[in-house]
Amino acid sequence: MKYVDEFRDGALAAKLAEAIAREADPGRRYAFMEFCGGHTHAISRYGVTDLLPANVRMIHGPGCPVCVLPIGRIDMAIRLALARPDVTICTYGDCLRVPASDGLSLLKAKARGADIRMVYSAADALALAQKMPDREVVFFAIGFETTTPPTALVLRQAQALGHANFSVLCNHVLTPSAILTILESPEVRELGTVPLDGFIGPAHVSTIIGSRPYAFFAEEYRKPVVIAGFEPLDVMQAIRMLIRQVNEGRAEVENEFTRAVTPDGNLKAQAIVSEVFEPRRSFEWRGLREVPYSALRIRGPFAAWDAEAKFGLEFVSVPDNRACECGAILRGVKTPTDCKLFGTVCTPENPMGSCMVSSEGACAAHYNYGRFRDVPVVAGMTR
Amino acid sequence: MSLASPVKKGYVRPLDLKHGRVDMGHGAGGRAMAQLISELFAAAFANEHLDRGDDVAVLPAPAPGDRLVVATDAHVVSPLFFPGGDIGCLSVHGTVNDLAVMGARPLYLAASFILEEGFPLAELARIVQSMAHASREAGVPVVTGDTKVVEQGKGDGVFITTTGVGALPAGREIGGANARPGDAILVSGTLGDHGMAIMAQRESLAFDSEIASDTAALHGLVAAMLEAVPTIRVLRDPTRGGLATTLNEIATQSGVGMDLDEAAIPVHPQVAAACELLGLDPLYVANEGKLIAICAAEDAERLLATMRAHPLGQRAARIGTVTADPNAFVQIRTAFGGRRMVDWLSGEQLPRIC
Repeated sequence: MKYVDEFRDGALAAKLAEAIAREADPGRRYAFMEFCGGHTHAISRYGVTDLLPANVRMIHGPGCPVCVLPIGRIDMAIRLALARPDVTICTYGDCLRVPASDGLSLLKAKARGADIRMVYSAADALALAQKMPDREVVFFAIGFETTTPPTALVLRQAQALGHANFSVLCNHVLTPSAILTILESPEVRELGTVPLDGFIGPAHVSTIIGSRPYAFFAEEYRKPVVIAGFEPLDVMQAIRMLIRQVNEGRAEVENEFTRAVTPDGNLKAQAIVSEVFEPRRSFEWRGLREVPYSALRIRGPFAAWDAEAKFGLEFVSVPDNRACECGAILRGVKTPTDCKLFGTVCTPENPMGSCMVSSEGACAAHYNYGRFRDVPVVAGMTR
Repeated sequence: MSLASPVKKGYVRPLDLKHGRVDMGHGAGGRAMAQLISELFAAAFANEHLDRGDDVAVLPAPAPGDRLVVATDAHVVSPLFFPGGDIGCLSVHGTVNDLAVMGARPLYLAASFILEEGFPLAELARIVQSMAHASREAGVPVVTGDTKVVEQGKGDGVFITTTGVGALPAGREIGGANARPGDAILVSGTLGDHGMAIMAQRESLAFDSEIASDTAALHGLVAAMLEAVPTIRVLRDPTRGGLATTLNEIATQSGVGMDLDEAAIPVHPQVAAACELLGLDPLYVANEGKLIAICAAEDAERLLATMRAHPLGQRAARIGTVTADPNAFVQIRTAFGGRRMVDWLSGEQLPRIC
């Protein structure tokens, strides 16, 4: 496949793996967090771990929007859809399975009669509202900075066209605040129990916000950041760049993903987002609890299209299962196999915690792609 | 399915197959139903067993020593028409293939139609003609059937259930529990074509593609394969859940592991591109005209050559090896050089958000 296969070339990967092994100092250990779920997925899907030296460890961060969505926010959508037969909830495919309260998910609520539909874009949701003028169409919007501009655009369109039967339940969250929360966590900052030598920065998010917002982390926390694309060669190249920075004692923002990311990002998209949204004072993240100024809400002039205001929806915080270690896993304190629930009570069919929800979560990625490594005989199998 | 129309010819208007629609009367057991059956179903499927017009088909016993094999499959595809096929031919191929991959010779089909009130008769006729054509091409006649009509909103246009009967020669033992460590794993061609052809047709996904369903009856290919290598251990058609799910089923049944080579697995470039766009994995996308074969390693090349010589196996490939693994893990060496598991599909494969 043109423009994709080039970034999955096994021969190139082998050369890069050799280079990484050469540059990694055998006398020290490297721990890098890939913030974004897209990178976690690429690392697991292509078996990148197999190509890294044993002293280079990847820590899976909280950058999967589906995983960090708190139960209470999904409950809001489910309650609305079950209480109001005239409401249609639209959302992206991988939100449908996220477990909510009372053993429900959007998919299970659908089976109970709620009108819940999968869409591929925010624009599809608005088109559905146009097609069904007698129904209230609510777009359950989630995602980091990448999916926010399309939501902003449809809100502007809905206002311009006067579509009164369309609204958005906004759950958009912000990357820099989440990274800050991890760096400020006692395990990283005070106790030093989680060695974090650097970050692989999210690719798609950076196409919107640019590379500049990460400069603060590099300087203030002395952590190198390399923004990388989601192809496995991108990830490996970023790891090599991080190792170099660590070896040379540098802590800078470097951009591996120059084919799409600039320092300032997409200014037009940023302008639309700030026209339509404003920061929430605080927002609950699944696994990270309340994080200040970490999410967006719809601004006053668009209140008529804000589902929370329109339907008087209240957020009620719902605690995760007590045995669930997702919070610690998202901060890099624990690995999936450290959790008692992993693979027993908590599986992709029956996820208990956030990391097991989408294929980009640390636990789901390990369960689906990597759990053979936990069984010595099988992991050592040769061809 | 009673064929003898109580309607005297010349006194009744023929079924309006151009503009008519299915109504509740077509399932009520009366004149309208008899007319639908005789003018559409019986006419399309005509054969000596069906033509008798009884409620059952009376069939000759298979050859001495042969065992009877029965399979049934409900078809609920949406959209009903897609590039490369429709629900009609699919309902024939699906059941014929279920019989074929047991090594059985498919003999007869029974068909049950659930029609939704209001469904255009012209579209129903198209489906029935396609089904009749597939059945004739496969040499497997529809010998009995049933029709019901449900109220509007209670169906999805047309549901078709087909039941197939086949004959399994004495001594032939093909089954999911027969894979042994060291065996070769083969596929008959590119994966994911059917599922992606259907997805590309859904109204919410407006991308242009030339991907066509691979729907086809595989018993001819299977016959050739069994002639070349009578000791094939496992045959299976990887329909819903795709290659990944089917291999996991076989691994579990046989209590073995599998080791696949990603670079060897054939995927049409357009299917790969569409999957990439949607965040799906072609290994989990449905097929309707492909099969998986597992045989002893020493037979693999002969079997592969036979498959490639058949029109339905031209892109056949050897994709991996059966291993000794009590955990029944299916592993893959990625084209990138790493290793990972190819696990069971959890729920439905859903597109990723970004």
